[in-house]
Amino acid sequence: MFPTPLEKTSRQWQISYQVLLPIVLIIWLLPLIAVAIFSIKPDADFTNGNYWGIPSSFEMFTNYGKVFFESDMPRYLLNSVFITVPTVIGAVMLSSMTGFALGVYKFRGNLLIFFMFIAGNFVPFQILMVPVRDLTLSLNLYDTKTGLVLFHIAFQTGFCTLFMRNFIRALPFPLIEAARVEGVAEWRIFLFVVLPLMKPALAALSVLIFTFIWNDYFWAIVLTQGPDSQPVTAGITSFNSQYRAAYHLMSAGSIVAALPPVAMFFLMQKHFIAGLTLGAVK
Amino acid sequence: MTTATTRSWYKRNEIAVTPWLFLIPGIIMFALYVIFPIFQSFWISFHEWDGLGEKEWVGLANYERLLGGDRKFETSFWNNLKWLILYLLAIPMGLFISLFLNQKVFGIRLYKSLFFFPFVISQVVVGLVFSWFYLPGDQGLLNNVVGVIGLGPYNILGSPNSATYGIIAAGLWPQTAYCMILYLTGLNSVDPEQVEAARLDGAKGFRMLWYVILPQLKPATFIAFVVTIIGALRSFDFIAVMTNGGPFGSTRVLSFYMFEESLSEFGFRMGYGAAIAVVLFFIMLGFIGYFLWSMYQDEKGAR
Repeated sequence: MFPTPLEKTSRQWQISYQVLLPIVLIIWLLPLIAVAIFSIKPDADFTNGNYWGIPSSFEMFTNYGKVFFESDMPRYLLNSVFITVPTVIGAVMLSSMTGFALGVYKFRGNLLIFFMFIAGNFVPFQILMVPVRDLTLSLNLYDTKTGLVLFHIAFQTGFCTLFMRNFIRALPFPLIEAARVEGVAEWRIFLFVVLPLMKPALAALSVLIFTFIWNDYFWAIVLTQGPDSQPVTAGITSFNSQYRAAYHLMSAGSIVAALPPVAMFFLMQKHFIAGLTLGAVK
Repeated sequence: MTTATTRSWYKRNEIAVTPWLFLIPGIIMFALYVIFPIFQSFWISFHEWDGLGEKEWVGLANYERLLGGDRKFETSFWNNLKWLILYLLAIPMGLFISLFLNQKVFGIRLYKSLFFFPFVISQVVVGLVFSWFYLPGDQGLLNNVVGVIGLGPYNILGSPNSATYGIIAAGLWPQTAYCMILYLTGLNSVDPEQVEAARLDGAKGFRMLWYVILPQLKPATFIAFVVTIIGALRSFDFIAVMTNGGPFGSTRVLSFYMFEESLSEFGFRMGYGAAIAVVLFFIMLGFIGYFLWSMYQDEKGAR
């Protein structure tokens, strides 16, 4: 193990490490802690210039209550859910199929198609912006959740295919061959042999795509406008112009917007990290 | 009768046909929304177009204007370069933190997740958080902290000299967390026997890291490079949220400038925007080529 395990080091370093750890963490998370404090302060503290002192009163319920009951935030949150969940389902479904095709079969053009998916996934979004916006307009899907979902599914399929294909390649191939010898149809092999083995990959991709899409901002402002279909990342900016300089409400809103992926991460940590490292770093 | 023949044709060619059936939906979607648009952008960049009316062919005029002394383009380009270079700091910083956290003490798992946590938050929120952190005068926490040692106050985002660096610092925060998690998983698979053997040979500290550990972390470093470079060139959210390109246009990058030109309130200039996107694409293409080439080498090795 590197660095040297703590048990094998001097007593002094062991103690200083234990002391250092929480201090470093607090410094690391300082900007976030600051926002959390902002979000429970009363309005008066900001007008009195008490930005960083101890809150004069704790207004957690008033501030968060305002966010939930007196603003468009719940609508934006709901939009985010209706954009994120279908995207996750769509992208995972499409890519488990493409991943299966590219991972199991040997045919001409296999690597070429695989690399097309990877390459497309690396391009800067901006080169897609004008044509995709135009396409969405001509499909009559501009400013709808469906328009956003369709694009997200298509784009995420690139990354997901990379992940799925590599995962399927690592599965024991004799299993598939055995099924073939038994005369099982290929699509049944996919459904009943491969898919059950892919559960960890499906879980990893789902959490990861959930986070990516929930946090998307660029496409949200390119393809949608207004509280009818915009997700919470775009909503938070209009929320902020509504409450300009009302830092307590702005920070409460930001925390609410950030919470779902954070919760997802803490619940599904193992899968999340497996997804992030592309399964390449084991 | 026909069904019987089709079925038998399918049965005979099952192994050859199945992969294509599985690929078709994915390929159609990806081609429609990703592959074709790349070529369409090239095409649009030779036109003047407001997004609604007819496209007017202007040949290379957009590029001539772009490269012939567009000050906004120059600023954006240099800022992109700053992003690219400084963003790479996330890799050594992530490595450093992962080494610090690679211990087995009580509660370390929670520490690791809390350190990683900035990456999970949307960049919009991180941008907001940092813009409050940087608030001018004694409103910002940063000024309160540096004030203790007698520095400041600074107006980081208000000054054209420091604004871009302020935004990059905000971007480095989640990116470092990402690199950290890559290295933490990498460190898990470092061969303990090699480390012990090297230790017996008297290797320790930095030499151990450089000659024994880092070579084994190569896959993690590669992915860290890929995601950091792509992240640097895609940077848009932070700029849009923190400064909206200002002050005096000093924080624009190509991706932001492109967006501004295409969908600005002064009329949509899609052709010019597409030309900027094409330039950004070519900058990226060098890196994409390199990444694909390395992955291809791995593929060949796996066969």
